[in-house]
Amino acid sequence: MRTADRILIFGGIALALFGMLYGLYYAIFAEHQALDKIGGSLATAFVEAADRDSEKSEDALSTYRQTKYNYVRKVDVHSHWIGLAMLMIVLGVVFDEVVFGERVRLVIALAMLAGSVLFPLGVILQTTRAVSLASTLAIAGSGLVILAMAATAVGLMRQSA
Amino acid sequence: MVPARAGDAQAPGRLNKQMAVSTIPANVAGTFSTMGARRLFVFGGIALIAVGMFFGEIFAVFLLRQNGGQTGQALLAAAEAVAAQDPSAAKKAFAQIGDLLEDRGTKVDTHVHMVDAGYLALLLALIQPYLALSAASKKLLAKLFLIGGGVLPVGIFLIHYVGLAYSPIPVIGWASILADSAGAMLIIVLIGQIWGFWNYCRRKYASPTEPELPRERSWERRMLLSGGTVLVLLGFLHGAWYAGVSLYEHENREMVILKDLLNQSASHDTAYSVQAYGMLQAEKAVDIAAHSHVIEFGLLAILLSFVQPFVFLTQTWRRRWVMVLLAGSLTLPIFVLLELKFGLIAGGIADMGGLMVVVALIGMLCGVLRYAGRLDAESGVI
Repeated sequence: MRTADRILIFGGIALALFGMLYGLYYAIFAEHQALDKIGGSLATAFVEAADRDSEKSEDALSTYRQTKYNYVRKVDVHSHWIGLAMLMIVLGVVFDEVVFGERVRLVIALAMLAGSVLFPLGVILQTTRAVSLASTLAIAGSGLVILAMAATAVGLMRQSA
Repeated sequence: MVPARAGDAQAPGRLNKQMAVSTIPANVAGTFSTMGARRLFVFGGIALIAVGMFFGEIFAVFLLRQNGGQTGQALLAAAEAVAAQDPSAAKKAFAQIGDLLEDRGTKVDTHVHMVDAGYLALLLALIQPYLALSAASKKLLAKLFLIGGGVLPVGIFLIHYVGLAYSPIPVIGWASILADSAGAMLIIVLIGQIWGFWNYCRRKYASPTEPELPRERSWERRMLLSGGTVLVLLGFLHGAWYAGVSLYEHENREMVILKDLLNQSASHDTAYSVQAYGMLQAEKAVDIAAHSHVIEFGLLAILLSFVQPFVFLTQTWRRRWVMVLLAGSLTLPIFVLLELKFGLIAGGIADMGGLMVVVALIGMLCGVLRYAGRLDAESGVI
């Protein structure tokens, strides 16, 4: 097993483990509360509107928006970290069939690892105040993953030809 | 099992029959020991994926659209309650919406977690040669993983039905506790696997601890590997497009519709906004479903390429299942995306695509079962 293969397999297992631990933490300590808040704030918006209290209704709708914005991103981070980790492990096993020089293979593996860490990290940071930095990280991370995957596809097809 | 050459003049039927009854080569047989960790992971993984996808099919055909319709009706009732200045009716409508969303969410999660546990099982089957653990430890971890992978989705499924009955914790019910415990079991197994791999990397073992998977250069393997990689790439590109073009637009539009809904409620003009909200939810759902399914099917195709040496079927049938799997993998996401334009016809074709993947998986699983039976018979285990 060569260095690039190890980076993908070892990095993938570590990322899957991290993603699962994050998911377990989120499920136990935050998800139920977030779901209650999403449902509760939307219901409150309608109840207050029925009471003709538009100010409280708008406040509740604003809470709904913010809570749902955070919830969607936190759940996406969990699924994307684990999904990308699984892909890395699979690619690690098949990576010796990617026909490029060792240096290029190493660059592809590092790009895949960096992208798989940074893309979800950028997404979760979008729930903080550093939105610009977060979006930059997410775009850069997803770009790295797409480029690494495209290079892998080319490498596999060269072998297949 | 020597593959046919391109110019082979032998009758295909006779060659296939010969392949199906030939003796399993020793190098391949050594990678699939009786009830060893790898065999457990391969059987369990394919079974979990097939059952998880079949559950998803049942859910999509019989429950998903009905659930969406009921949710729309409940939202309309909430808006009408606002117009009628009846807060208690609005609360009641939202309690119903919450119940419907939990029903839908737990079923989607059941499907996703069962399929993903299957993927992870197939993945772990691949890395077994690189784990510096004893055969007994590997087998124990494999059993724990399959128990956890089976119990986790069952626990998630039960959350909606068990609720908080007899629960010692105010916000988490027994079904959630069951699901979280199974999730913890999967984490423990992964820690064991990473420990074994860490020891392997530290060169405690100079070579793989068991025979590596046979790397046959068959047509089936190449098709699954290349096709799977392209599917994953398509999914990434679609995801990037969705995040860049639609995600924020959908979030903003949802708020605009909800504000309209609350304002129009006073003037009894709600049907249009409820319909717009339903369409928005449908747009989000098809985008996310297409994105996740095309990537998962791509990953599945890559994983199944490794299992092909263990599919003990004639070459014709092996190729047939590969084509059915890849065709279904492409059909489902494309027609899910077309569902908004062409309605139930596209939805039905998408469901057929999913069914094609399930059938191909069951076909391959039958081949693996035949392989295991043949192997055990030859080695005198049975």
